[in-house]
Amino acid sequence: MAQGPAPPALAPAGGAVVETFALTRRFGAVVAVDGVSLSIAVGEIFGLIGANGAGKTTLIKMLTTMLRPTSGRATVAGFDIATQAGEVRKRIGYVPQLLSADRELTGEENLMLSARLYLIPRAERARRVAEALAMMGLTEVRHRLARDYSGGMLRRLEIAQSMLHRPIVFFMDEPTVGLDPAGRHTVWELVRQLRREANAAVVVTTHYMDEAEELCDRIAILHSGKLVAIGTAAELRARAGVGTLDEAFVALAGSESETSGGYRHAREARQSAAEHG
Amino acid sequence: MPARPVKAQRNTANLFDAAGSYATYVIAVADAELRKLRHDPWELFSRAIQPLLWLVLFGEVMAQVRGLSAGTGRYIDYLAPGILAQSVLFVSIFYGISAIWERDLGVLHRYMVSPAPRSALVIGKAISSSARALSQALVVYLCAAGLGVALSLAPSHILAVILLIALGSGLFSTFSLIIACIVKTRERFMGIGQVLTMPIFFASNAIYPLSLMPGWLKAVSSFNPLTYEVDGLRAMMLSGHASVFGLGFDFAALAVTQALLIAVATFFYPRLTE
Repeated sequence: MAQGPAPPALAPAGGAVVETFALTRRFGAVVAVDGVSLSIAVGEIFGLIGANGAGKTTLIKMLTTMLRPTSGRATVAGFDIATQAGEVRKRIGYVPQLLSADRELTGEENLMLSARLYLIPRAERARRVAEALAMMGLTEVRHRLARDYSGGMLRRLEIAQSMLHRPIVFFMDEPTVGLDPAGRHTVWELVRQLRREANAAVVVTTHYMDEAEELCDRIAILHSGKLVAIGTAAELRARAGVGTLDEAFVALAGSESETSGGYRHAREARQSAAEHG
Repeated sequence: MPARPVKAQRNTANLFDAAGSYATYVIAVADAELRKLRHDPWELFSRAIQPLLWLVLFGEVMAQVRGLSAGTGRYIDYLAPGILAQSVLFVSIFYGISAIWERDLGVLHRYMVSPAPRSALVIGKAISSSARALSQALVVYLCAAGLGVALSLAPSHILAVILLIALGSGLFSTFSLIIACIVKTRERFMGIGQVLTMPIFFASNAIYPLSLMPGWLKAVSSFNPLTYEVDGLRAMMLSGHASVFGLGFDFAALAVTQALLIAVATFFYPRLTE
């Protein structure tokens, strides 16, 4: 499989595009993200894994400026997520866990909406939208309403929306949930392409160990809001003294946490899977 | 000293750039909403039925009651602007549920991670609600004309009606958005929406004059933006009707309320995706 330029396996000293320092978020008594410090390099594909309720989505929400940290701080693309949110927003692409394409607009209209929201100059809008449609293989269906797209087509449209303004960091929250194997491979290939062509960093959350192993340069395991391990898949396996990443996950993250998941998570995950599937 | 004019010029250019960017954000939101409406316009037709029923059934019966129309005019004339304001209210007050719906789907997250200022998002949504409401106006005008209401068709009056409806709808849809951000679920929102609509409607001059109300209700009505919308509409929609509060006051009351609500909604809107 075609790989991009060999990325640094360890956290870099200089070229960090995401840095967090004891980043913490509480919801009442619950500590959803608990003192997470990590650094993600330019051009790195970085996996966040953990059970439902481990804090992946809360962490992504803070890094994408939707949620303010309770304490600690973080920079994305060199800007503080709390005090320079506007600058961060201009430089990130986000593919949420739920649907981000409006089902009542056509594919092309969805992209034009994003082009305007990111102030792509009028003269360039049509060309960039056409390029993104071509790259995602959606040119033929651009005038169809998004609600008539298949799950895989929707995901490709959403990735197209997130890349129009050429971000230097992407955040993808479970981008392959609900997709069939062919759809998952297409998403993986697109993620690699974003790295290869734009040297963008991609932060991916996933439940699938094979996905993390196949796609990510480094992986961070979250458990009950805490960062319990970080490294390449090989490093995590070696550290746990086991043969597969699945086993490493169980060894490092422990058993299923009591606070994980719950009805709301199950509903959201399944709703999302149903919408995409 | 040449430095000064150059700097001033640059400042002016920056100001124009900023205004242009802001307008682009607002247009992005409003345009997307209107395109959705164009793909599925059935909602507009079904919403047009209610004002028709009010005018034809309620209006015809109540016209028999003496003293309702506060003056010498016919009751149907008096009623038509009230029903227009009512249909605008009903269309707008449930607008917030679409924000909850968008949050549940995930579409709202896309707006919240974009660099668009939150106030621009709120204003874009308000404008799209106003555009919906204007389609209601067309229905009420046609129906009123059919019932022989003495409509004023002077262009300046029609322009004023358009502005009054845009403000009224923008205002109640923004209010609705704030409620949505506070209650956060569709079920709770529907309950509260029902509870709010009737008091706003009845504690106003929409279907009877303030002079018939007991003192406390009159006091409540004077804080109700709908009262000023109806008062302005009555003066501008009908020929030979004057505004009770003064047209300038009507517009000012609506504009100030709208500005306040936009400020509050700008604060609450991002909380919906937290």
